[in-house]
Amino acid sequence: MEIKKTSLNKLHQSNNAKFVEFAGYEMPIQYSKGIIEEHKFTRSHSGIFDVSHMGQLFIYGDESLTEELEKIFPLDLKNLKQNCSKYSFLMNEDAGIYDDLIITKIEEGYLIILNAACKDKDFEILSNLLGSKFKMNLDKNRSLIAIQGPKSVEILNSIINGVDQLNFMTGNWFDSDNQKLFVTRSGYTGEDGFEISISNDKAEKFVENLIEKGAQLIGLGARDTLRLEAGLCLYGHELDINKTPVEANLRWAISKSRLSNGGFIGSKKIMNQMQDGASQIRVGIKPEGRLIAREKTKIFDDTDTQIGEITSGTFGPSVNGPIAMGYVNKEFSKVDTKILLEVRGKKHPANVCALPFYKKNYVKGVN
Amino acid sequence: MSEVKFSKEHEWITLEGDVATIGITKHATEMLGDIVFAELPEKGSNVEKDGTAGVVESTKAASDVYTPVSGEVVDTNQAIVDDPSKINEDPEGSAWFFKLKMKDQSEMDSLMNKEEYDKFAKESAS
Repeated sequence: MEIKKTSLNKLHQSNNAKFVEFAGYEMPIQYSKGIIEEHKFTRSHSGIFDVSHMGQLFIYGDESLTEELEKIFPLDLKNLKQNCSKYSFLMNEDAGIYDDLIITKIEEGYLIILNAACKDKDFEILSNLLGSKFKMNLDKNRSLIAIQGPKSVEILNSIINGVDQLNFMTGNWFDSDNQKLFVTRSGYTGEDGFEISISNDKAEKFVENLIEKGAQLIGLGARDTLRLEAGLCLYGHELDINKTPVEANLRWAISKSRLSNGGFIGSKKIMNQMQDGASQIRVGIKPEGRLIAREKTKIFDDTDTQIGEITSGTFGPSVNGPIAMGYVNKEFSKVDTKILLEVRGKKHPANVCALPFYKKNYVKGVN
Repeated sequence: MSEVKFSKEHEWITLEGDVATIGITKHATEMLGDIVFAELPEKGSNVEKDGTAGVVESTKAASDVYTPVSGEVVDTNQAIVDDPSKINEDPEGSAWFFKLKMKDQSEMDSLMNKEEYDKFAKESAS
């Protein structure tokens, strides 16, 4: 299969991107400054991320659509206000996660942002569940640009006036350069920021404009270190079809009002696990010293019994040390529990720790 | 001090008497990206030509460091363990990895000179 390119591919090239294949797309892993500089620039200024490989699924419909979606997602969508977003999951009957996603109620229906590697399958699953009653469009004509970091609000507002009035996890349509952009105040770095849905033919010029105002392009490498410091899950690593939201320690994302009656896919398992607890749970892990424990590193207790596995591990540039996330047996999930990580045949001490590793700077209430 | 020689695993080596100093090349650091962890062989241990003799990790991945010659480890560079970013800053100078007391200096013969290595690195990168 031919590798796909986003509408910013040429711009990445002219900014000396190093490319990798990610979910069938040629994506920038880093630019000339490297992952650590890019990471720090995002935390201190403003980083631009091409996330156009992600799926933008528009589903159009009225209240009956809301009812149908409540049979799928563990969300109180009836009481979700227009232009408000929620983090959620597409699950199977066993509450295994097909994908994690952001769903936003828009005037005409819903916009769902899906992971690149999952989006085609998600579309198929949702099409089967919803039937032909609602118009669905996995929009390939729109790019998705994230701008993240403390200077982002000022920079973006100078191009799209009014975005500074958005609260975290809300969005709206804005007019800019004779076209409609959908902007949400959200992101996946632990910083204040925005995601902008823009038509492909305008994306390059729009990003050039952001660069002119002082933002810089940031690759997927720094996106990964940023999200890991922020304690956020990455599908295919922390989340997959064999893990549930309760095991992933994402109970907060399940609407309380949906837990009494269930009625969404996977609700039985979720309700059971909420009551009895899951046998394994996602935790933050800090190796002692400088040792980095990568994905698939085995976790042991002091009796040489394996108690879990690392799902992501790297060096956190803002934490200035190694960080990781992984799953451990419930009894080892308390903060400050001593564990051992097997790296290159040797066991190294580490501690279970609270997430996030790096404190968030989300803007909670503008209005 | 001898001419700098290079291995296909992107290590450089110089020889002074029978003690070889070994590190990784600038080209290697450019491929690896930001180095955030370094592990070195133990002093007093013996390493074999083309065997692993350490590890470097970038933000992206871990890579083995190989030794281009055999010998006993007589010194290691603690400064790069304490601050691995030094490896990106001065890979072919102050950020050497370890020193070996060589057994068989003829092992140097099969290694590349600067010109050969530059050509090799350019070809292997493309």
